[in-house]
Amino acid sequence: MSTTTTTLAAPRGGRRAADGVIRVLVYLSAVVAIVPLVWILVSIVTQGLPAILSASWWTQDLAGTTDRRAGGGALHAIIGTLEIGLVTAVVAVPIAVMGAIFLIEYARGTRWSRIVSFMVDILSGVPSIVAALFIYTLMITLLGLGRSAIAASLALVLLMLPTVLRSTEEMLKLVPDSLREASYALGIPKWKTVVDVVIPTAFSGIATGVILGLARVMGETAPLLILVAYARNLYVSPATSNMGTLPTMINSGRNVAETLPGYERVWGAALTLILLVMGLNLLARGIARASRLKDR
Amino acid sequence: MAKRIDVENLDVYYGSFQAVAGVSLVVEPRTVTAFIGPSGCGKSTVLRTLNRMHEVIPGAYATGKVELDGVDLYGPGVDPVAVRRLIGMVFQRPNPFPSMTIYDNVAAGLRLNGTRNKKELDETVERSLVSANLWNEVKDRLSRAGTSLSGGQQQRLCIARAIAVKPDVLLMDEPCSALDPISTLAVEDLIQELKEQYTVVIVTHNMQQASRVSDRTAFFNLEAQGKPGRLVEIDATETIFSNPAKKATEDYITGRFG
Ligand SMILES: Nc1ncnc2c1ncn2[C@@H]1O[C@H](COP(=O)(O)OP(=O)(O)O)[C@@H](O)[C@H]1O
Ligand SMILES: [Mg+2]
Repeated sequence: MSTTTTTLAAPRGGRRAADGVIRVLVYLSAVVAIVPLVWILVSIVTQGLPAILSASWWTQDLAGTTDRRAGGGALHAIIGTLEIGLVTAVVAVPIAVMGAIFLIEYARGTRWSRIVSFMVDILSGVPSIVAALFIYTLMITLLGLGRSAIAASLALVLLMLPTVLRSTEEMLKLVPDSLREASYALGIPKWKTVVDVVIPTAFSGIATGVILGLARVMGETAPLLILVAYARNLYVSPATSNMGTLPTMINSGRNVAETLPGYERVWGAALTLILLVMGLNLLARGIARASRLKDR
Repeated sequence: MAKRIDVENLDVYYGSFQAVAGVSLVVEPRTVTAFIGPSGCGKSTVLRTLNRMHEVIPGAYATGKVELDGVDLYGPGVDPVAVRRLIGMVFQRPNPFPSMTIYDNVAAGLRLNGTRNKKELDETVERSLVSANLWNEVKDRLSRAGTSLSGGQQQRLCIARAIAVKPDVLLMDEPCSALDPISTLAVEDLIQELKEQYTVVIVTHNMQQASRVSDRTAFFNLEAQGKPGRLVEIDATETIFSNPAKKATEDYITGRFG
């Protein structure tokens, strides 16, 4: 009886003090981590809000407007960012998803899978500026093509490929082998098992990975600076050598004096970029939720 | 429907490890044959060689003969995918496809093999669910997720899915081991009904179950850890449980083994 009471008694002295110290440290670190984040968010929202609230922000480009003049909008940069992102995804996603299917469904544990896996690891460690210089050397120095939005997309493909491939791999690994076996046991061939059983089971995870990978590269700046010239006008063709994007719009306005209307537009572009990325994140969550089969 | 299986001199390997040696047995049509024996003696392994599921595991292979009504399933030019359409399988743990509804789970085998006809699919789904004693429980919610059912219902769903493709033989690997007693009874009743149309082979670690559901029983044993498992004897279930030919069988049945 007495032993029970001692073991159940509240901790005294040393242990309670240690608990207090650790508790304070943990809370403090959390605050230190969150404060800069909130600060950045608040300053971008407050300074960027006036620009994006004007109707012309979403409907006009900056043609004929200078940093000294108010008006105009970010349409050229929004379209540019979306278009370059779209081209990047169209090229990167099929390669990444099929690569992951190859690694997990067909070559698991073989020498081939180890070689490809190693390359993907290297690729995922490549800094964006190196990816940009690689495409520059390949397309502009070697092939003699000019700078273009496509060139920028290709550099972003190199950055998006390893993240989407890895996340797809993880999702495919989560599909239990018992489902593959159940499918084989019905006399369903392997490729149909992959297409009709494995991928639908992993679909929401794969889609989430794709969208988060896209959100990740949409804010990349180095490839855009090196591979496509910033334009204040709206250009739509992906072959164009000049195209505005949100990151390069921010960059082009970084020296504008605080008193000029152009200064406000830089913050507006930053806020728009954040909204875009946040929208993609929400979309990813939405897909994850919607594709879950209803249990009721 | 309902075909006979002849196994002759079957050796089964996982890479360089021989899991089963020298198995020869006959499975009669329209009967239930039970595989019993201590854990690790190769019951599942033998079962999986009967529909060429064994070779799905990397490095795994089998030598010897498995004949379905006289056709060697391991002969040259035999497509393992086609074999699995004739010999269906139900697994230890219920494994409905989570991305599919109850209806789609049952229709999966037909659909993925090319049947598009809505009426044919509807009929097959209903017939299979009725055969699996699940129709009354799910007929009003066919569009709900297969994984929303209870464990016992999921296992019956998997049985419905397996018989929807009209196999000749149905293999079941401890189909009740993850189920509660009531669901177990439901599945056992179902096995009794299935043998009117199918050849059934069931692995079970439960000897009462073997004596309740099967007509013939095969006893497998393991001489020692790391040695291949062997078939000790196969006979009418009554004989195996009352008057087995081999001492090892009697020891196992009466709980005196080792
Ligand atoms: N995937 C596998 N890889 C390697 N060895 C395996 C595998 N599955 C089973 N084995 C081995 O094969 C032998 C027989 O296993 P199994 O057929 O599962 O036995 P049972 O079903 O009778 O319990 C065991 O020694 C087991 O360790
Ligand atoms: Mg087993």
